[in-house]
Amino acid sequence: MAAKPIPGTTLFDGNQARKGYALNKMCFSFNSADNRAAFKADEEAYMRSYGLDAPQAEAIRTRNVLGLLAAGGNVYYLAKFAGILGLDVQDLGAAQTGMSKEDFKAMLVRQNEQPESAAVY
Amino acid sequence: MAKIIGGLTTSHVPAIGGAMARGVQNEPYWKPFFDGYLPVHKWLDEVKPDVAVVFYNDHGLNFFLDKMPTFAVGAAPEYHNADEGWGIPTLAPAKGNLDLSWHLIQHLVDREFDIVTCQEMLIDHAVSLPLKLFWPNGCPVTIVPICINTVQFPLPSAKRCYALGKAVGEAIASWDSDKKVVVIGTGGLSHQLDGERAGFINKPFDLKFMDSLVNDPEWATKYSIHELVEKTGTQGVELLMWLATRAAVPGAVRKVHANYHIPISNTAAGLMALEAV
Repeated sequence: MAAKPIPGTTLFDGNQARKGYALNKMCFSFNSADNRAAFKADEEAYMRSYGLDAPQAEAIRTRNVLGLLAAGGNVYYLAKFAGILGLDVQDLGAAQTGMSKEDFKAMLVRQNEQPESAAVY
Repeated sequence: MAKIIGGLTTSHVPAIGGAMARGVQNEPYWKPFFDGYLPVHKWLDEVKPDVAVVFYNDHGLNFFLDKMPTFAVGAAPEYHNADEGWGIPTLAPAKGNLDLSWHLIQHLVDREFDIVTCQEMLIDHAVSLPLKLFWPNGCPVTIVPICINTVQFPLPSAKRCYALGKAVGEAIASWDSDKKVVVIGTGGLSHQLDGERAGFINKPFDLKFMDSLVNDPEWATKYSIHELVEKTGTQGVELLMWLATRAAVPGAVRKVHANYHIPISNTAAGLMALEAV
């Protein structure tokens, strides 16, 4: 029986791992400074060398975080791509939720106010 | 025989590394977080562990999707940190404890845990940052890292991670050594980096979970992985490391100290020091 979907959440399961392999492999390569430099020097050639498909390449070109996830990207590897762009996880959060970065950070602080009565175990 | 002195659990948010490198621990954003570690430093000075077994999850430094073990046990003489691609400083290597590594491997396989063993293993921020948080002046312990997959689903269940922790605790207790061992679990608490639900935090659940580690250690094992993701976020599921850690410490524990602070980066940051009694 399939569990009910969690809103706003894509589990990185076998389907995503299969779909996203080339994209994630490219992002994994960004652990190396030389590879980050090679990507920056020629993004298109670098993407071709890892065999990204059209939706993956387009999501990289447009810096579309939700598009990268939909194309099979895993956030741990995508974060290395974000690092090249000088973006942190609050930038990613803002981009995915449609908030400004300031609003996203304020939203995080407000989570302190969650009442015990709202608990769902 | 070796003695388990207790368990330490902490968040491992990469931004902590940047904050330590910039020396901003006393700035208002960071102070409530870093101050939480001071009573733990005092406790560690008293109990002086020799060895740490560290449950953690790799974030794409040592393991990629080409080979993704569910459980991997380190058996290296030294564990290096390295460039993780997102610009946090690389921290000092940690010395391994080969005798305990191989004793653990033997015991875990005997107990039917089909682990992967690693004679070379890079440790990412999930190991290097907690060591620096607990021992800011240099790490005095040798380590055995145990990696639990939280990258690619299916993940091992909470119940299975608890059983793993319990088996690790039994192995430590049967290790023919006079060493004092502390078990460390890193990750969590509730947070989600990816998707439209990014920024999700569940404070009541986190507090209940922290309480359960003292008073009802198996409480969280009733949840499926899917339920844990729903309640704690896609990365909040790292609480599996806390659960394995608690399971490794036998019997009752005394809470030495706990801290909980929202937010550090996108994360509800938690810390517990639990002493075996």
